[in-house]
Amino acid sequence: MSQKSTIIWLQGLTCNGNSHSFFNYPQMPSFAASFEMLYHPLLCGAEDFLSLLKSDTKFDFLILEGALSHDERLIERFGIAFYEILDVLAARAKHIICAGSCASFGGVFRLRDPQKITGALFCGKEKGGYWLEKANVINISGCPVHPRWLVETLLALHVGEKVLLDDFLRPKEVFSYLVHHGCLRNEYFEWKVDSQQLGEREGCLFYEHGCVGPMSHANCNKILWNGVSSKTRAGSPCLGCTEFDFPRVALYETQKNMSLPQTPFGISKRAYYSLAGVAKSFKIERLEKKLIDENH
Amino acid sequence: MDKKLRKSEKILDAALMLFSTRGFYATTIPDIAKAMGMSVGNMYNYFSSKEMLAKEIIKYSSDILGAEIRRVNEEEGNTKEKIRKIVAVYFEMASSKPQHINYFLRVYLANKEVFKDGCEGMLCVSSFVTELMIFFEEGVACGELRNQDFFSAFGLFMGYLGGFVFLSGEGVLEKDLNHYVDEIALNIYNALKH
Ligand code: SF4
Ligand code: SF4
Repeated sequence: MSQKSTIIWLQGLTCNGNSHSFFNYPQMPSFAASFEMLYHPLLCGAEDFLSLLKSDTKFDFLILEGALSHDERLIERFGIAFYEILDVLAARAKHIICAGSCASFGGVFRLRDPQKITGALFCGKEKGGYWLEKANVINISGCPVHPRWLVETLLALHVGEKVLLDDFLRPKEVFSYLVHHGCLRNEYFEWKVDSQQLGEREGCLFYEHGCVGPMSHANCNKILWNGVSSKTRAGSPCLGCTEFDFPRVALYETQKNMSLPQTPFGISKRAYYSLAGVAKSFKIERLEKKLIDENH
Repeated sequence: MDKKLRKSEKILDAALMLFSTRGFYATTIPDIAKAMGMSVGNMYNYFSSKEMLAKEIIKYSSDILGAEIRRVNEEEGNTKEKIRKIVAVYFEMASSKPQHINYFLRVYLANKEVFKDGCEGMLCVSSFVTELMIFFEEGVACGELRNQDFFSAFGLFMGYLGGFVFLSGEGVLEKDLNHYVDEIALNIYNALKH
């Protein structure tokens, strides 16, 4: 690919988490071979930014990190109201990529004032965020976004591939999987054996510890984080950080109605409760025991 | 439905009737064969033992009651109305087909040793219990019922109904079961509501 794609990275209300996650992309040199970062707030200064803003050059990717707002009292950059900056840049960008759940859905900032603070095209699950409509937006949710989700989507667009999106405008390549897929605790889930405590090798985290892996869209347990592990593999529940309702309250507790948890994505209550009731009727000794028993 | 299946169901009906009136131990396979007008040998083509027959019956009864509650679950209406409907369905069954509920109370619950292999936990009554799970979960989700432990609510609901049918069977009640539907439904609602 001869021509590099150009990127401007703009931050709304954010903790920098998505930037840091991106900087952990392990093949940065190969990324740099295909992309040129015209501006990133953690790498460049005001001068670069203001000259970019004044020019009328088109560029390929506007990456948004953080929740957005039209209210200038809430966000400004270099003394300029944020909405003015965003409107100018958005008009010149070929693609707008929301990196992380805050830019996609509003995230934790939205909880403060959902009227004023939203994602680019969504406010939680409702359509209509900073913009009511916009055709060139892709949401890559996550708290933070996984560096590979971001870079691989950028690469696909860079080489002219079509990126298929789900109903929340997330790339299907990543978000048609559930976190439950590939979790090492699946057998415990099947037989309804829950972990006694966080961090244990044994047990599933669905019934007592708030795991929402079976209803959260992401391929964390397929590609892993840093190539080595994932929350659920390490013994922490999936907190559902890629979904529109992140963060929920009491993340480490399973929300239940009359002891009955929410059912896995796309599985009816009737199907799930019947099967779970059957599985619970048996006590599987192997699964009750420690995986590695020091005395045997 | 194929012929063998239909015949099996008739055997289940006949055995259910005998077990629920005379009891499990007092009923023999020859008794059931006789009621069916079949030879004892032929009976064993359908069910290999009396225990197996007993387990199939509890699943069969649970399916029938479960299907009735499922209908209530799938109807429109608020939880208060649905409680009334479930009570009505249960009492109606206890009046018109008392064998199902008697079997549950007098055979299934009273002779756990017969059911311990193959009907562990909820296995043989799951079609019925699942419908109550759905009913309770939805009741809490829509804000009408208080969130609590499933079995606390289940015990209150089914223990009450079972106990009442038992009283009725003992001839203690002055009036017909149906007469009590509204009052009992209201009591259950008041106990479980938010
Ligand atoms: S810990 Fe979570 S993701 Fe893993 S098997 Fe259990 S429910 Fe699924
Ligand atoms: S495991 Fe769940 S909470 Fe953790 S990163 Fe993946 S989607 Fe987010």
